Amino acid sequence: MSTAERVVFEHVTKRYAGTGAGNSGAVEDLSLEIPAGKVCVLVGPSGCGKTTSLKMVNRLIEPTSGRILIGDTDVAKQDVIELRRGIGYVIQQVGLFPHQTVGENVATVPRLLGWDESRRRARAQELLELVGLDPATYADRYPAALSGGERQRVGVARALAADPPVLLMDEPFGAVDPIVRERLQNELLDLQERLAKTILFVTHDIDEAIKMGDLVAVLQVGGHLAQFGTPDEILANPASDFVARFVGADRGLKRLALARVDALQLMPPVTATTGDDAAEAHRRALADPFPYLLLLDPMRRPIGWIAPRDLPAGGVLDESLATAMSPFLRRRTTLKDALAMLVEAEVQAGIVVDGRGAAIGLVTAEMIFEWARESRPPDPAGAAQGAR
Amino acid sequence: MDLVSAVVTWFADPAHWTGQNGVPYRLFQHVGISLVSVLIAATIALPLGLYIGHTRRGQALAVNLANVGRAIPSLAAIAIVVPFTQMLDPTLGFNLYPTVIAMIVLAVPPILVNAYAGVAGVDADLVESARGMGLTERQVLARVEIPVAIPVIVGGIRSASVQVIATATLGAIYGLGALGGFIVEGVAQNDNGRLFAGVVLVALLALLAEGALALVERRLAAPVVARGS
Repeated sequence: MSTAERVVFEHVTKRYAGTGAGNSGAVEDLSLEIPAGKVCVLVGPSGCGKTTSLKMVNRLIEPTSGRILIGDTDVAKQDVIELRRGIGYVIQQVGLFPHQTVGENVATVPRLLGWDESRRRARAQELLELVGLDPATYADRYPAALSGGERQRVGVARALAADPPVLLMDEPFGAVDPIVRERLQNELLDLQERLAKTILFVTHDIDEAIKMGDLVAVLQVGGHLAQFGTPDEILANPASDFVARFVGADRGLKRLALARVDALQLMPPVTATTGDDAAEAHRRALADPFPYLLLLDPMRRPIGWIAPRDLPAGGVLDESLATAMSPFLRRRTTLKDALAMLVEAEVQAGIVVDGRGAAIGLVTAEMIFEWARESRPPDPAGAAQGAR
Repeated sequence: MDLVSAVVTWFADPAHWTGQNGVPYRLFQHVGISLVSVLIAATIALPLGLYIGHTRRGQALAVNLANVGRAIPSLAAIAIVVPFTQMLDPTLGFNLYPTVIAMIVLAVPPILVNAYAGVAGVDADLVESARGMGLTERQVLARVEIPVAIPVIVGGIRSASVQVIATATLGAIYGLGALGGFIVEGVAQNDNGRLFAGVVLVALLALLAEGALALVERRLAAPVVARGS
């Protein structure tokens, strides 16, 4: 039911009369292809033309030259009103109509398209549920009675009302506090997993770009496309000094946020279960390069580490011998979070556990560093890193 | 004799409640002139104000027109048009038309300025999101700008109405009765009861109009404000 279309920029240029400051927001020969169903984030400093580029898609701004295709259709050849009704549009200030209820707001485009009342109501309910707002509570409220985060969700619901193949989002989460922003980002990613729309998303925040984008287009002032690629490509191989500076000196760390623990070959710890023979465990521990013993309960859940010097020469192992603990990681934990947890706990290894809390393996800081070194995508310029 | 009792005595006289010079007839005249003047003024000023507010074209023209309108004293406006309207109709052209025209001149600026400022003042993001969703220019105006600006627009009509009701009394100088008649006659006959009865009636009518339109204004703004937190 849900459809998506590719969006193509072909040599799109927008110049404004005058030069200098008046040229802020200009776009210079922008060519991009965003495949159907992907999220492309346009990111850059203010005045780089990212919002201009977005608004040229629904023709709130007309390009000076070049063309933009949705699917295979040139947007300039379409009736502008019809075009806009077929594109979802979300802006930072949301722009909900204050004199209409949430339900009416969400049904704006269906109403323009002439849907009857009952169909509009049903659609509004469905969409409010989709964005996590209970229709019974929210449909008849006015926007003034909503929090910033709720308004933003209604804005997304409204944009999706007529099931458009393309969604334009202009700094949609720029006006909410960081906690709400992160929640909205995650909700949008969940939503996108189900809907698979083609989304053009504008932000000035590189972290948001990396998090939200399947593809990231970095624009620099003057409207030049500085780099276009996956978040990982941009972080691993910035195409220019500008991109390198823009993504930040901590780009290596940011890359770690893109990968998860399950990307690593986990290290098997030396383990023993309570009640095991101490001497045998001691022998096994010393044979390992990492001579610490991880004590597990009968369900294989970690109890703690036993240092070699604390291992008794005989008898059985019990819980009192475990003196240190490591942070627990999951397979879905990002490498950045994993590293942060290791630093925080001041230990060398974290224990990866499964859903039931049973130990699966170990992650060390060295393993994370090695991943960063080896997983770096080949530099298209061929300058630095050869594949190993 | 003390003023209050003079006014009360005047009102108590049944002779003042009948005939062409009685309170009901003149009240009816006054309401009629005010209503017609405001309606004609609104017919001129509302479309113009909404257009200018929506397109932002001719803003300077609107402001200047409004200032000129405000600068013309109503009495002068009546006097200026008398020679012309008399050519149309010797009687009505002397008493009724000049008053109505002067009242229109008086009422246009507040209605125009409020309509223009109300629409132009609608949050630009709101208008852009409406446009971005595919509302036509007409729909943007009708479904977004006017509903959002309606309290301001009605506010212009309200202040125009109050000014017209108060100022329409001037017509009496040129022989149009209405409620101004009591004031002009009161001054001429040195009859304070009559004079202040006229003042009280005009003031009450103005307050009534003010109150009624304020209520309309509040009702129209209700959904946004009342449920806001």
